Amino acid sequence: MATQHSKTAARLMISPAVILLFLWMIVPLSMTLYFSFLRYNLLMPGMESFTGWDNYYYFLTDPAFAAALTNTLLLVGGVLLITIVGGTALALLLDQPMWGQGIVRILVIAPFFIMPTVSALVWKNMFMNPVNGMFAHIARALGMQPFDFLAHAPLASIIGIVAWQWLPFATLILLTALQSLDREQMEAAEMDGASPVARFVYITLPHLTRAITVVVLIQTIFLLGVFAEILVTTNGGPGTASTNITYLVYAQSLLNYDVGGGSAGGIVAVILANIVAIFLMRMIGKNLDA
Amino acid sequence: MTYSFRALMGACAVAAISTAAAAETITVATVNNGDMIRMQGLMAEFNARHPDIQVEWVTLEENVLRQKVTTDIATKGGQFDVLTIGTYEVPIWGKQGWLVSLNDLPPDYDADDILPAIRNGLTVDGELYAAPFYGESSMIMYRTDLMEKAGLTMPDAPSWAFVKEAAAKMTDKDAEVYGICLRGKAGWGENMAFLSAMANSYGTSWFDMDWKPQFDSEGWKAALTDYLDMMTNYGPPGASNNGFNENLALFQQGKCGMWIDATVAASFVTNPHDSTVADKVGFALAPDTGKGKRSNWLWAWNLAIPAGSQKVDAARTFVAWATSKDYAELVASKEGWANVPPGTRTSLYENPEYQKVPFAKMTLDSINAADPTNPAVDPVPYVGIQFVAIPEFQGIGTAVGQQFSAALAGSMTAEAALEAAQAFTTREMTRAGYIK
Amino acid sequence: MSRRITARRTLIVTLAAWTVGFLIFFPILWTVLISFKSEGDAIKAPFAMLMSDWTFASYEQVQTRSNYSRHFMNSVVISLGSTLVALAIAIPAAWAMAFVPGKRTKDVLMWMLSTKMMPAVGVLIPLYLLFRDLGLLDTRTGLVIVLTLINLPIVIWMLYTYFKEIPGEILEAARMDGATLRSEILYILTPMAVPGIASTLLLNVILAWNEAFWTLQLTTSRAAPLTQFIASYSSPEGLFYAKLSAASTMAIAPILILGWFSQKQLVRGLTFGAVK
Repeated sequence: MATQHSKTAARLMISPAVILLFLWMIVPLSMTLYFSFLRYNLLMPGMESFTGWDNYYYFLTDPAFAAALTNTLLLVGGVLLITIVGGTALALLLDQPMWGQGIVRILVIAPFFIMPTVSALVWKNMFMNPVNGMFAHIARALGMQPFDFLAHAPLASIIGIVAWQWLPFATLILLTALQSLDREQMEAAEMDGASPVARFVYITLPHLTRAITVVVLIQTIFLLGVFAEILVTTNGGPGTASTNITYLVYAQSLLNYDVGGGSAGGIVAVILANIVAIFLMRMIGKNLDA
Repeated sequence: MTYSFRALMGACAVAAISTAAAAETITVATVNNGDMIRMQGLMAEFNARHPDIQVEWVTLEENVLRQKVTTDIATKGGQFDVLTIGTYEVPIWGKQGWLVSLNDLPPDYDADDILPAIRNGLTVDGELYAAPFYGESSMIMYRTDLMEKAGLTMPDAPSWAFVKEAAAKMTDKDAEVYGICLRGKAGWGENMAFLSAMANSYGTSWFDMDWKPQFDSEGWKAALTDYLDMMTNYGPPGASNNGFNENLALFQQGKCGMWIDATVAASFVTNPHDSTVADKVGFALAPDTGKGKRSNWLWAWNLAIPAGSQKVDAARTFVAWATSKDYAELVASKEGWANVPPGTRTSLYENPEYQKVPFAKMTLDSINAADPTNPAVDPVPYVGIQFVAIPEFQGIGTAVGQQFSAALAGSMTAEAALEAAQAFTTREMTRAGYIK
Repeated sequence: MSRRITARRTLIVTLAAWTVGFLIFFPILWTVLISFKSEGDAIKAPFAMLMSDWTFASYEQVQTRSNYSRHFMNSVVISLGSTLVALAIAIPAAWAMAFVPGKRTKDVLMWMLSTKMMPAVGVLIPLYLLFRDLGLLDTRTGLVIVLTLINLPIVIWMLYTYFKEIPGEILEAARMDGATLRSEILYILTPMAVPGIASTLLLNVILAWNEAFWTLQLTTSRAAPLTQFIASYSSPEGLFYAKLSAASTMAIAPILILGWFSQKQLVRGLTFGAVK
């Protein structure tokens, strides 16, 4: 069907995007790679010297690294779990006939439009603050000690905030998928006496697989880079309890101004991200084949 | 949508555009502290005097500001003409040749009037590299009414033992009154500023003369244990996320019995507009343990001109204006003497009007009691009380601060935190070549 | 009877959905409410806060302190600009991938997506140096370039999945009638793809509007968008909830309103090929 002519045209049309993205990847990446082998502190210019694998050694043996790796996986996994389970439940709910569906949808979708910095600031100050936050006020009204979320459950709190931001996205995609479900098949199953649970497990869930795949893929891409929420709320602490890889690289390169170490961290993060990417593609890539 | 927003701010925008014509524009990066925001409100006065200079403000939260400004100056990005930087940065950057010398400010600027303790910290090899906008030490601010209720009298120069006792007696958790509020938020300029100064008063320091970290010393152990003990029993909830701002808010709402922090806070807590306890605040020197050093620090926010600026003259004019005696008088005439940027000039403290301000004397005494070149009981190889003026300090200080903040949050013990701090600092100092 | 059951069911579903919707929306609503309070009232317990006087004081203070209109315009120009440039590059690419797929198409697509996983902080210093040398620091152009590149993979993917839904026969028929490639894209494909393009455009504007790392790092004043506006209210000395809320409201309102008005269009194309 595709002629030689159209193949050439297609290649021409695709090339600007490929070239640009390739440059975007390769130029900063090669500079980062170069810096990662230097002893280079931003505050001491003119002192750069080749240092071999030192930066990698220090980054990988930093006790914070193992913690950051775990936290990254917990953060991505936790948010995915909440948004997919919550999103499916919410999509099922919104798919029912009700009054004012449009308005409810507007309310549910809203967090997706909020800047990450703003949502983190709002949650941190107006809600989770153990003295003046809403939760503290409620706890005191009920005669309980306010719980200090960001000190005693920092990672869980951040997962909560991020999940709040991404829940609308998951809900929307799952809802759209749900609406394309074959009603007749559903009704037939109902006639045959299939329970709501059975209908959900055998009809709805398989139908949603592709949508869930998409949610996992897109969200993972964004969740690996969660940064603003951590910077605003906990600064990665207490200790390293809420430091993820991205934040660790930030701390290394922009708090310590250790460009060498930060670059090594950046390269490590790129490698890890690619491992995750390959893993994801393997696992769910076939699901996306149209 | 656009229209409603235009309507909201239309007039403002038009005004901004029409005045900006045909003048040199300098970009000033500053931190969003009260004194700086007040200065932004006084720009009409500056423009009346210097109509040819327009000032573009970039006001940011401290951490964001520091990081942006450092990135820019280190890469010679040239985005700013005036920087607001601390006493930590000035000597390091001055040595690098990143800042324009301010030795040739006009004679009526009277640089000799700057408090010697502050001025020394801003001078490298005889060159003044930054002009202090406001200076601060730290001291105790306490509630006179609660102190009286507890049956105690705060001495002018209390010890840590007294502070601990008072904290216990003032605490009334049911009424949401916490005996003591201290910094707990991780950061070299947050909890580590306080804890480093506290450690000095316990007879220890960051490093010994061989740059060996001292977190394994008895002094640090005692200081950290006392700190955690006070904060856990008499401190507010969520202390591990409290920095200067959070504590200020708590104190203003009447929730703190004592608060040991920057002297500049005095004007905020005694300001009846923001503070519910404005008329019930007393001041005392930061505590000690009788070893010869008090736990007060020295800091100043300063205006400096980056070497890459294309508008040095205009920038210098602005810096001279903002840190002049006239500026102090301008603020005094508009908002009262209590709101004048404190801690920079001898003449201010000699002014009889200013001496009426309740915290003036204690601020000056605290500043004079601080000696950054000789911060600890034993000699140390570095300059700085609540910081160590080496480029590596920010990273180390922040990482150590994280450990101590975790200890405060209860997720690790004091011993474990000190051990981790010692290990991390040793590792970084070895890497940086200080420890041979 | 069955009608009554249905009505009751609808009532329960409605109540449940409204409750959940309200809870999810609540933090935003609360922020807006606080923004109309004085600083002292803003930290009061919820009920006392609601009962206190309403005031515009925080908005007035934010107005006098910040040049909101400039930050707003910068955000508009940057998010819209980067989106349009990204679309211009992505439409042909997505077309080619959807209608003339090669063996490598899927690999290329996945590779594109993987460039988004590169941690931005790791390459800040290199990029900052690059921008300095090219004179792009604190320029809208610079940010448009960066945001275009950051969001390009998502844009291409979204368009690709949308284009794939368009039956190839229509294009073939057009080709039979002698339509050139150009007119094929312009007159047949584009109109059919409008919903997908509109949805992509909206999503990308939202993502660009809310991008808070590069926009903060690469600008100072002239090109600084609303993300920087927020950074000057985030934790100042003293009480700040009301002012922070006012600034937050001003920063999120435009995109929230845009999102609400266009949510139908947004949702229509936001399937990423997930709906079969």
